[in-house]
Amino acid sequence: MMRFSVFTYAAIGFAVLAAGAIVLPDWAMFLFAMALAKGLVCLGIVGMMRGGVVSFGQGLYYCLGAYTATLAANFLGVSDIFLLTLLSAAVCLLVGLVFGPLLSSYRGIFFAMLSLALSMVLYGSLSKMSFIGGTDGLNIGAPTFLGWAPEGRPLQTALYLYVVAIVVISGTLMRIYFDSEQGLITLATRDNELRVEYLGASVRNIMAYNYVFGALLGGIGGTIAAVALGHVDPEFAFWTTSGEFVFVAILAGYLSVPSVFVAAIILEMVRSFSNLYFPNTWQLALGIFLLIVIVALPGGLGSLVSRRKGDPT
Amino acid sequence: MDLVATILVDGLIYAGWLFIVSVGLTLVFGVLNILNIAHGSLYAIGAYASASLVGAYFAAGGEAFPYGSYAALILAAILVAVVLGPLLERGLLRYFYGRDEVLNVLVTYAVFLILEDVMKLIWGVNPYFVYEPYTLLGTVEMGSLFYVGYDFAVIGAAIIVGLAVWLTLNRTQIGKVVLAVIHDAEISQTMGVNVKRIYLGAFMAGAFLAALGGALTAPMISVTPGLGVNVIIVAFAVVIIGGLGSVPGAAIGALMVGISRAASVHLLPEAELFIIYFVMAIVLVFRPEGLFAKTQARKI
Repeated sequence: MMRFSVFTYAAIGFAVLAAGAIVLPDWAMFLFAMALAKGLVCLGIVGMMRGGVVSFGQGLYYCLGAYTATLAANFLGVSDIFLLTLLSAAVCLLVGLVFGPLLSSYRGIFFAMLSLALSMVLYGSLSKMSFIGGTDGLNIGAPTFLGWAPEGRPLQTALYLYVVAIVVISGTLMRIYFDSEQGLITLATRDNELRVEYLGASVRNIMAYNYVFGALLGGIGGTIAAVALGHVDPEFAFWTTSGEFVFVAILAGYLSVPSVFVAAIILEMVRSFSNLYFPNTWQLALGIFLLIVIVALPGGLGSLVSRRKGDPT
Repeated sequence: MDLVATILVDGLIYAGWLFIVSVGLTLVFGVLNILNIAHGSLYAIGAYASASLVGAYFAAGGEAFPYGSYAALILAAILVAVVLGPLLERGLLRYFYGRDEVLNVLVTYAVFLILEDVMKLIWGVNPYFVYEPYTLLGTVEMGSLFYVGYDFAVIGAAIIVGLAVWLTLNRTQIGKVVLAVIHDAEISQTMGVNVKRIYLGAFMAGAFLAALGGALTAPMISVTPGLGVNVIIVAFAVVIIGGLGSVPGAAIGALMVGISRAASVHLLPEAELFIIYFVMAIVLVFRPEGLFAKTQARKI
């Protein structure tokens, strides 16, 4: 079979998603924008999952990114979305560079729980900081795009297209990274860490890289979610938020990048529709859906379409 | 001086409560190798069940002998274990034995989400109050401070639970069998151990301890939805600090978390939520698998 380059796929992906800006009604465009923003966070988890570890605390970077953007907007007067994204990404990169090397020697449940502890430390601290809103959180105004300040539908469309662009760029970069030497060593680590070390690669370095990329993606996702919602609160770092990210990552599986965003959109739709039709039992619906996914799709959505050469499955 | 004593007593009370909640979690992990998020739901269901039972007890003329409400508390926990234990273990969890640990966390997270709404369907969203058992034991005067007697009863209950679990595991035949299953379920099976029954028994014991924690807490608080969501994460911290699967570890973890939280409440209230996870992170940095965990050889 002829294989298209990753850039062709990226162009197709961008065209399909960008078409949403024309065809989607307002409510769906907001839902998709939120889903794609969260999908970015989940893409970071998937990157770690390829190495066999799952972060239960990605809410840390989601929240950190969201708060960085909000504080920059409220106290420094920055409203440009490109600048806000860059700022949050820089802050999350720094924090990721501190914790990445620390967490890189943990595996399995301990990696999950230590990352969870770090996100809960942020949650606990933010909840008690009354000068930045405490548990009520903060509002953030509408963003501007290089000096352009749209309102209403144009604002939503611009924000949506911005998310789509970031998603396509990050997705493409992550795909290239996954297929690179480093990315393939990550996959090998999943199978057998000790052998990888004996072959001369540093598993700790790889794990740290994957963690830092996860931090970056989490921060960018958090920024976009904050701007789209117009509000941030410490719940962004709460463990149930991180649990949903892990859920999306499991639903997507670690084989395919687009499936991460498809999974994020599915979760967001399941959530809003069960919210609409079973307002009192939407958690129940979500829980049953989650169980069905785990039982019926152990390899994730990606396993349905992706049969990449060289992949173990 | 007074401050140190206050911190110690408050810390011990909180630690006692924490230990009851955490020991079941560590037991279930030790035997089934599943870190059970639904433990938090079992805790909340225990609280609701005991609120209902104690309410029913007083409605049925229990005023004549109010101490009977303590039996109602324990009965509630037993009921939860007998009904939900087999349902969850036989009905769901047994299909996931031997799967990835993190995947199993997600399975129990799904159960947690489901049970959250089931509780709302059964008990509604209005709070339940059962203060009678809390006031029954009077107050204890310590120096210039007054404590509610019930709080000390919780410490007593924690000590009894801890001793019972430890003695059962280490000094009885069933306990030896459980230890054998923990060590190697397959070999135990070939030696004639009914491993299925051990798994079920361990899960029911864990469910009982979770529900007992909830049942004992119900008189101290108003029982409302969302009770389990905070408890489980603190219990996680305790068992991770102590080392997963270790009963003495859960005790030490509960003491460390209990006393550091009490200290922060009195000295630095802003850090109350922060301190628990901070302690956990520090312990994991120096002891990556918790304080009492057995070190495991890496597989080649």
